Amino acid sequence: MTRYKINVNNKDYDIEVDKDTPLLWVLRDELDLVGTKFGCGIAQCGACTIHIDGSASRSCSIPIDTIANKKITTIEGLSDQGDHPLQEAWKKHDVPQCGYCQAGQIMTAASFLKEKPNPTDAEIEEAMHYNICRCGTYLKIKQAIKSAIKS
Amino acid sequence: MSLTSQSKRRDFLKVSALAGGGLMIGFPWFMGCKPDIKSDIIPSLPQPDQWFDISGFIKIGDTGLVTIMSPNPEIGQNIKTSMPMIIAEELEVNWKDVVVEQAGLNKDVFTRQVAGGSQSIRHGWVSLRTAGATVREMLLQAAANEWETDVDELTASEGTVLHRDGRTIGYGELASKAASLEIPTDVKLKDPKDYKIIGKGKQNVDIQGIITGKPLFGIDFKRDGMVYAVVKRPDAFGQKIMSLDDTATRNIKGVIDVVQFGDKVAIIADKIWAAIKGQKNLKVIYVSDDTLENTISHNEDLQKALSNPTKEPKRNDGDVMRALSDADEILDRTYIAPFLPHNPLEPMNFFADVTASKVELVGPIQTPEWTQSRVAQLLGRDASEVSIMLTRMGGGFGRRLYGNFALEAAEISDKIRKPVQLIYTREDDFASGPYRPASGYRFRAGIKDGELSGYHLIGAGFNMGNATRENWFPAGTIKDFRVDSHNLKTNIPTGAWRAPVTNFLASAEQSFIDELATKLDKDPITFRLELLRNAKDNLIGEIDYELDKMIGVIELARGKSDWGNRKNQGFSCYYSHNTYVAEVAEIELTDDLPKVTRVSCAVDCGIVINPLGAINQIEGGIIDGIGHALYGDLTFDKGKAKEKNFNQYRLIKMSECPDIDVHFVESNNDPTGLGEPTLPPAGGAVANAFFKATGKRLYKQPYYKEMEMLG
Ligand code: FES
Ligand code: FES
Repeated sequence: MTRYKINVNNKDYDIEVDKDTPLLWVLRDELDLVGTKFGCGIAQCGACTIHIDGSASRSCSIPIDTIANKKITTIEGLSDQGDHPLQEAWKKHDVPQCGYCQAGQIMTAASFLKEKPNPTDAEIEEAMHYNICRCGTYLKIKQAIKSAIKS
Repeated sequence: MSLTSQSKRRDFLKVSALAGGGLMIGFPWFMGCKPDIKSDIIPSLPQPDQWFDISGFIKIGDTGLVTIMSPNPEIGQNIKTSMPMIIAEELEVNWKDVVVEQAGLNKDVFTRQVAGGSQSIRHGWVSLRTAGATVREMLLQAAANEWETDVDELTASEGTVLHRDGRTIGYGELASKAASLEIPTDVKLKDPKDYKIIGKGKQNVDIQGIITGKPLFGIDFKRDGMVYAVVKRPDAFGQKIMSLDDTATRNIKGVIDVVQFGDKVAIIADKIWAAIKGQKNLKVIYVSDDTLENTISHNEDLQKALSNPTKEPKRNDGDVMRALSDADEILDRTYIAPFLPHNPLEPMNFFADVTASKVELVGPIQTPEWTQSRVAQLLGRDASEVSIMLTRMGGGFGRRLYGNFALEAAEISDKIRKPVQLIYTREDDFASGPYRPASGYRFRAGIKDGELSGYHLIGAGFNMGNATRENWFPAGTIKDFRVDSHNLKTNIPTGAWRAPVTNFLASAEQSFIDELATKLDKDPITFRLELLRNAKDNLIGEIDYELDKMIGVIELARGKSDWGNRKNQGFSCYYSHNTYVAEVAEIELTDDLPKVTRVSCAVDCGIVINPLGAINQIEGGIIDGIGHALYGDLTFDKGKAKEKNFNQYRLIKMSECPDIDVHFVESNNDPTGLGEPTLPPAGGAVANAFFKATGKRLYKQPYYKEMEMLG
């Protein structure tokens, strides 16, 4: 067991976990931030996407030992009131079906739009390619991203 | 809760059962079982100081805020929004003044608390409306008593009762009085033309919670003192434990216990990561019996079964064998599809807390009632001691009809007598099933003098029961028509998968009919319409579908897709779950690689309750249908599924989805299923479009393999 100080959603936490513990389980188990989801555990589905220093990362495949001094943002900290332009667009388009993948989808889209505020359709598809939605809400996700860009 | 209102509830339930044709009504507040996980919508009206339980499933607060319970499991089919919408419509309240809560399992007050078969809305249609209307009439009566006037002078609208003379009174003020009234037995339902909520798109009631990461799902559930369990199951179907070495596992910090039950071993830990590591480090040696199966022999078994009809056909009109032997030519085609995992994105999980006095279960399950009785049986307890709280489900697709994970959680908690959350890794879910069974279909059609002269379908599937739908299209339209079905045995666990049986049967049938039309030199849509129209004059035997509704969706799709005027269009239509669907897919070839670019979809599902949710279901069904027809492939070797996670198993991605336009047949008929019916026709539409683009037919799923070979 090793002690770590981590900063998540602008809050500092002291935790004690095994070095190899994936960030996903630190968030869910230690910090009770369960918005970040477990889907595959091998960086293939995107359900666990969070931001590390602003860029989208797969928390299931990042051991806690590798992220010292980095700022982590989860879906719970994406906006204060759940009103990030993407969250608003998700509501407007009623995107979710089961909803399980959606936090990861929003986190991927948020970091992508920061880097590329005016993407083409093909660029959106490329950026979202590794986020699986088993329910098939892809068309709605694309529409919501496009409408968030406009706003 | 006073005694009188409890007995009132029972009266009400009897009434509902009579009026409602059987579904549900009621919720377990009176048992003090307030759900831990609730809707996160912020209501428009202030929180009341006091709630009045009017009917057992509707609560009205003194501020006029209304709470409606949603009894059925929510797996993403949006039932938690659409069922309360139906109640709210008849209740005459503003939708924004409604809070929805998920009900737990309660057999005394609900029936059919199941998510499956696209049946929730269809079964609930009358009883949900009756439920809303009953409370509306009680509120009207309460106002009439208050004003000492005749109830006929009053109308209800937007949470308010209005007198003809202009007086008004809010539901909040009437609630306490309405709660003590007799429950009316014969209530009047609204005319569909007066609907204000039904037919209007309403957002998912959990959306705020979903997009902000609130703990809505089973896997998010926590309880003080809870431990985690991950289970090591046999590597292959047909194996038993010979020896177990748990030393390395027990040395992992955080692992509390290792418990064997049957041929499974549970690793108990205070944190989930320790349990997962414990599972990886467990050394188990298994012995195999001689029943380890593989995909090659599955396919051989299917081919062999399809070479012969059965002794007892499912349907046998005229004399197919003679028609075929008299034919000038026979079109004989076989279609094969593999096993598939369900892969809901939320892995299987369940919470159980077994104590001397109770068995408490919390989690995502499509069949809570089944689970309750099986858990009771397994632990030797009375079903009344077993409670089940339903959480939102991260997808199901049939997987969560099978509560084996709930049984495991209960058994583990019973053994260790601690509250436990059981979690499957993705690899566990891939490896353990149940799966959609592999199946095959062989169609033979006789052609004589350029016309269809006989049609014979032989179906075969593993543990599938009836692999066919013998009374569905094209049954009734062909004089000499026969259907046979073989049920093959396997030790691989199989089960219902979104649109059971028809998820592949429809692809095969609609591909065959397309090829048959081409052979007869007919337009594929015209050919189907000819069959249906002929049957209107001369129906052969009995059928389970309506000819006119099938014709209706075919014509709607033909018009909306601009059929015949665009490139590479493929047609398919199918009836299932009481709903009629026709789809036209378009394909583009870039560098010889096909991409489905557009699907036009016509649907007849009766009245559309929530167009927003309905379109989500329709798009989801089509994308799911295309994705699995193109890519889904689970193969077996030595009794094991070879694909273990998403790096080895392809699911459809955003860039592979077509644009979809949806067209509803306008209807005032009772609503029918929507969670499944758009899936079955999708595969056939794609295969038929691929033929238009390349001149090549597809016979074996996953299609992308054949496409690559052909391309
Ligand atoms: S859980 Fe991390 S990518 Fe799937
Ligand atoms: S909404 Fe269910 S997995 Fe995306």
